[in-house]
Amino acid sequence: MLSKQQAKMLFLIGTFVTFAVFIGLTIYSLSLVDEEQPALSEAAARGKHIWEKNNCMGCHTILGEGAYYAPELTNVIERRGEAFVKAVLMSDQPWAPNGRKMVAYGMSEQDANDVVEFFKWTNQLNLNGFEYVDRKVSPLAIKKVK
Amino acid sequence: MKYKSQKIAYWFFAFSMLVFAIQLTYGFIMGFARVGMDGLHEWIPFNTAHTVHLNSLVVWLLSGFMGAAYYIIPEETENELCCVKLAYVQLITLAVVAVAALVGYHINYWEGRKFLEIPRPLDWLVAINVILFLFILLMTIIKGKRKTTTSLVLFGGLVGAALLYLPGMISFNSQILDSFFRWWVVHLWVEGVWELIMGGILSFLLIKLTGVDREVIEKWLYVIIALTFLSGILGTGHHYYYIGVNKIWLIIGGIFSSLEPLAFLGMTLWALAMYSKGEKKHPNKLAIYWTLNAAIVSFLGAGLLGLAHTLPQTNIYTHGTLVTAMHGHLAFWGAYASIVLAIMYYAMPNITGRKFYNHTRGKLAFWLANIGIFTMVAAFAAAGVAQVYLERKLSFDFGQVQNELQVHFWVLITGATILSTGIILLLIDFIKYGMPTDEALVEA
Ligand code: HEC
Ligand code: HEM
Ligand code: HEM
Ligand SMILES: [Fe+2]
Repeated sequence: MLSKQQAKMLFLIGTFVTFAVFIGLTIYSLSLVDEEQPALSEAAARGKHIWEKNNCMGCHTILGEGAYYAPELTNVIERRGEAFVKAVLMSDQPWAPNGRKMVAYGMSEQDANDVVEFFKWTNQLNLNGFEYVDRKVSPLAIKKVK
Repeated sequence: MKYKSQKIAYWFFAFSMLVFAIQLTYGFIMGFARVGMDGLHEWIPFNTAHTVHLNSLVVWLLSGFMGAAYYIIPEETENELCCVKLAYVQLITLAVVAVAALVGYHINYWEGRKFLEIPRPLDWLVAINVILFLFILLMTIIKGKRKTTTSLVLFGGLVGAALLYLPGMISFNSQILDSFFRWWVVHLWVEGVWELIMGGILSFLLIKLTGVDREVIEKWLYVIIALTFLSGILGTGHHYYYIGVNKIWLIIGGIFSSLEPLAFLGMTLWALAMYSKGEKKHPNKLAIYWTLNAAIVSFLGAGLLGLAHTLPQTNIYTHGTLVTAMHGHLAFWGAYASIVLAIMYYAMPNITGRKFYNHTRGKLAFWLANIGIFTMVAAFAAAGVAQVYLERKLSFDFGQVQNELQVHFWVLITGATILSTGIILLLIDFIKYGMPTDEALVEA
């Protein structure tokens, strides 16, 4: 039977090894991001900060993360078009097509454009198949779409 | 209670319970918004309610962990806590920072990153507060008479939690990197270092409540935390499937996260084995209830319901739906809420000298809270599965689907009411224990 000392060694060595592998994989996969994903424009980066500053994630999800009160927005530009999205953001009345209310941000045209650029960027991301689910295409049919 | 300084734990538990009440209140605001009753929208929009709900959850659990550490470390190291006055300073600053953050969320002062909404300047105050807390514990351990595995694992978990707070303070222009490092905090907390904290508290409770030999209990503690890190660190990959990083995480995350339930199963078997091996003579039945609840329900909520959506083939459909909310509720409840309530029910009679061990109100609170949360989880599960099917399989519009799901949110509110009734009884219990007193001191 395992002794206490052996159990302790299992813990220490196991932690060290898996952590080292984890760091290695992190470096590897992050080094590929620039290659695998579209470049981020300055406007899109500004849009991301507007997204963050207003905590849009407290109602919506993006890349599948956030709250589940309002629609996933990764591909919203493709789904609704630029004019629609700008109308939602610039509205000074709470947007509520199905009853639930969004915060009425009444954004300036400039801010709304930046957020739109951010959504254009998320729309181009390669998400290992999730982008098709969000576009309402069954992952089983992905091969056909490609 | 064996050392006077253990009394400070009371105040951390009291703060913890206060914030718990806030968490539930804001839960109701969200629950009602989901059935169309959003009269508070102008002052407390959903994102404010969501952020307060999640942050107050983390604050009351952390305050509970701190209370637990201040109670456990003196007893394990066999000496008074170092610098009791500093510990009170730490308590007060914790409360100030927490309240400032929660107020800020009502005036659009936050960083919109789920779970990590505390704005940067307040992050620094949190960091200072935690350093103070760890310093007090470290000094106590250093001057202590013995260094037990239980106290070291608990301390190690707390240090790890502090260090892992840091990656959450970096800011990024890219949503991909933002999300990537957000998980270093969120995932590596709940499926990593917090399990050490839980393991340490559980080990202490099992030693005290079952009377089984410390060496046996602590050996298994090592095995469990070994399983935790062996699976949990690389298991982080289950959050990297679909956020824009390389496909390699589909394999790594899929394999290792599927092994994570083993650590929780380990805790269940460990607690049950020690309990049946023990003498069953300890009078504090409520502490035993909550201890076993933590050991068992954590496996159901984190282990089984986690496993339910952790494979990439499933997660591609369930990612970011109410299925996640189902799992989040039972996992947090079973593992961390229950372990905090367990140590609280163990410590309170010892700190206050009032031997309420097995009373009806306490048992009722236990059962109502559990029945309530299981009802809520069932409601989230039904709503989640229906959502996935209607929205992601049949391609209905998000808003339309949510309106179809309303009946489940009524069930959610019903469950939440049962849970909250239990928690109100629990809070009454807490008040009835009265104040901590030196008269509760027993021979060390
Ligand atoms: C209080 C919750 C809340 C917050 C905060 C919020 N939204 Fe919304 N949003 C909604 C709701 C509700 C809808 C409408 C959903 C429906 O019924 O179609 C919506 C719709 C949208 C849409 C249209 C989506 C579609 O598919 O039709 C966009 C784009 C959008 N929001 C962007 C944002 C951005 C950007 C932010 C942050 C600046 C934000 N939202 C903050 C609740 C919110
Ligand atoms: C006590 C331990 C655990 C707690 C408290 C917990 C809690 C949570 C929470 C709150 C989320 C949502 C996080 C967010 O979106 O920011 C989440 C997501 C997730 N959890 Fe856990 N969890 C635990 C253990 C586990 C385990 C052991 C597994 C796997 C076996 C697991 C699998 C998952 C998966 C796959 C997701 C992502 C869901 C999605 O794609 O939307 N969890 N968990
Ligand atoms: C009054 C009781 C409660 C109600 C009505 C309630 C309701 C809710 C609602 C509506 C959400 C938002 C889901 C979303 O749209 O994103 C949520 C999120 C959450 N709640 Fe609660 N809740 C309650 C109690 C609790 C308790 C006791 C816990 C922990 C033990 C908890 C932990 C969480 C977590 C972790 C999330 C985030 C889940 C995720 O994103 O996956 N809640 N809650
Ligand atoms: Fe995770």
